[in-house]
Amino acid sequence: MFYHKVLVIGGGLAGLRAAIETAPKVDTAIISQVHPVRSHSGAAQGGVNASLANNPQAKDDTWERHAFDTVKGSDYLADQDAVEFMTKEAGPCIYEIEHWGCPFSRTDDGRIAQRPFGGAGYPRTCFAADKTGMYMLHTLWERSVKLGVPLYEDRVMVDLVLEGDACRGVVCLNMGTGEMESFMAEAVIIASGGSGQIYGRSTNALISTGSAQSTCYMRGVPLKDMEFVQFHPTSLFGTNILMTEGARGEGGYLVNNQGERFMSKYASKVMELAPRDIVSRSIQTEINEGRGIDGKDYVHLDLRHLGREKILERLPGIRDLAINFVDVDPIEKPVPIQPGQHYTMGGLDTDMNGATKFKGLYAAGECGCVSVHGANRLGGNSLLDTVVFGKRSGQVAAEYVLSKNAFKEGEAAVNRCVREARERIDGLLARKGTENHADIRAEMKETMIKKVGIYRDKAPMEDALADVAALKDRYQRITVQNKGKGYNLDLVRALEVEGMLAVAEAIVVGALKREESRGAHSRLDFKERDDARFLQHTIATYSQKGPVITYSPVKVTKYKPEARRY
Amino acid sequence: MAEAEITLKVQRFDPTADRMPYWQTFKVQLRPGMTVLDALFEVLNHQDGTLAFRFCCRAGVCGSCAMVIGGKIRLACETQISQFVGRGDLMVSPLPHQKIVKDLAVDYTHFFDRLKRVKPYLVGKEPYPEKEYIQSPKERQPINEPIDCILCGSCTSSCTMAWTNSDYLGPAALLKSYRFLVDTRDTVPDERLDVIESESGVWRCHTQFNCVEVCPKKLNPTEAIQRMKIKAVKRKLFGKRRAKK
Repeated sequence: MFYHKVLVIGGGLAGLRAAIETAPKVDTAIISQVHPVRSHSGAAQGGVNASLANNPQAKDDTWERHAFDTVKGSDYLADQDAVEFMTKEAGPCIYEIEHWGCPFSRTDDGRIAQRPFGGAGYPRTCFAADKTGMYMLHTLWERSVKLGVPLYEDRVMVDLVLEGDACRGVVCLNMGTGEMESFMAEAVIIASGGSGQIYGRSTNALISTGSAQSTCYMRGVPLKDMEFVQFHPTSLFGTNILMTEGARGEGGYLVNNQGERFMSKYASKVMELAPRDIVSRSIQTEINEGRGIDGKDYVHLDLRHLGREKILERLPGIRDLAINFVDVDPIEKPVPIQPGQHYTMGGLDTDMNGATKFKGLYAAGECGCVSVHGANRLGGNSLLDTVVFGKRSGQVAAEYVLSKNAFKEGEAAVNRCVREARERIDGLLARKGTENHADIRAEMKETMIKKVGIYRDKAPMEDALADVAALKDRYQRITVQNKGKGYNLDLVRALEVEGMLAVAEAIVVGALKREESRGAHSRLDFKERDDARFLQHTIATYSQKGPVITYSPVKVTKYKPEARRY
Repeated sequence: MAEAEITLKVQRFDPTADRMPYWQTFKVQLRPGMTVLDALFEVLNHQDGTLAFRFCCRAGVCGSCAMVIGGKIRLACETQISQFVGRGDLMVSPLPHQKIVKDLAVDYTHFFDRLKRVKPYLVGKEPYPEKEYIQSPKERQPINEPIDCILCGSCTSSCTMAWTNSDYLGPAALLKSYRFLVDTRDTVPDERLDVIESESGVWRCHTQFNCVEVCPKKLNPTEAIQRMKIKAVKRKLFGKRRAKK
């Protein structure tokens, strides 16, 4: 059995930031399915928000304005005290990463460069070309090397050890050896990322299946606001690889088959820089009404007028992606794009400190839900969320561990849990059915994007619920072909599907019960926001029969809910 | 085109069971836009669940899926498979000269150990300023290219000098060292030069340019290494560089 005082599950931005905070104070280790620099945080492109006021057009930007934009963007579902905390901490957290080496792009006077982003009143998105996530990720990994934080890689978390109201550790499958490993800890910080792969047309990495998140959920940690799923307006047609919002921040146009900048109809003031939920709906409406290019499911992102120099300096990464994946050079031709699933606004229910309802269990980053994003996240706020709440959860977890009197209390519980996990996996390997879990996964993705997508309606969502139930039933009859130990992808991917189906169910049930339209949750049968009934968070608690839904209040401080116009 | 098929010959090896690697043939139906990674998933999902390979972002930024495809090291996720149609069987094997975990998945431990030896982090002036360090766009220019390394390991595993000397830092680690050496915010150039001019440092580079040829991000580690050789020689001739303010 391995023992560390703090275990961080996930080596992306939130996990690394948490570990960097705890490691100097208490013995800490990171457990990750992939090496930290491979994490999905590295795919983030456009930037990270902080009201540094470095851009000449943002001289009077303040954290309060950032907070207001975030709350309005969230369609008033964000907890305002948490938003205030995040926007206040934004500056210090960005400077800190810059001091550790993050190579931000620069203004002429040598400060961190900032660009406009959707839903923001000022250009406040700090960027490093269009690879901000990758540079931040490498910087934090480098910092973790400096601090000597031990890393257990190629480990998939398969169980969470809870005893009464306290967390005792985790159980992992070592992919390299195929052996089950137990990890005892005083505190566990889950920072395992989103679960976007539940959806078809996802921009997310292939490992963003939310496996650690679903494991926690199925062990009794509630999920919050899972029905709020962000669709990024601009993902490449065909592969749904991300084309950064920065492309529009730098001045890119969205154009339909009439050659018209159609955003004038939907958000005449801010045009292409409306928040993501609004732009994605607008593109989908254009496509639904037959104004997609060549009648197909895409419109054009036109960057040609920005000129060669600006594209090469500010957007080199997406240019390479467009050339590699759709054979289009944005300098010469418009890029075919469509909305794609991008972000899970919901997640494991935590408070402002990243603490869950279990002692010693924390969650940070996309897998958690504080909530600062509410019903719709603003671009540039997810990277910010990872560093601010990664750091915060680390601080609080370290304080918790340092205040403890008794240590290593969980040995029996961990041993029991690892036995159960072994039995569960042996049982899975012994199943001899006719179903293929890869097909089940593909059908789930298709169901979710078609029936619980950008526009939602009661009947299709009820269909989706029935589909998920049928898929869960079929899952009982799968065969895992690979019975071997070493690097058994067949087994890991089969395990993922089980968790994804449970979370998919929480998404659909939450969406069905929320009879209103708010942010990214847009219902054709309930077109208005209904603050009287639904200005509250959805809480989904796992049960064998399906999620049990309750609601919890939204914290409103100074921004009273009003109509959201751009 | 829609009905076209390609034959993949994949190198298989399970170190716990096989004495030697062997080739296995799979036939895969092509789809428009299919990448080599898509084809490997097609095999995993519907033909042979025992196949092992690394993957993550499927967009060429995470560096997980470097392997030898059609005789050249490439990222499987950004390699369109249609270019190989009509050119015989498509051979796919793991990064050369790396310990194999299974099939196409290699063990990166040694690669990252090499990297850790070059102090792969910025040592900025402390106490830290209240805001950011000032660095003009011109001062940032030298790091523009080396920061784009995704640590996929293609360069180091194609470097014959790294094959024959496991202590040699290799192109990826040296490029990382260069990235900090030319960063105006860094304060320990001498410590960095001490590492890179050691026996396992820059002088082991025999400028074969293998690293340049295989880099999926079109970076130039060979040039960075030669620039570091110049810095090391200059220091020998003119004495230690003074740490920047």
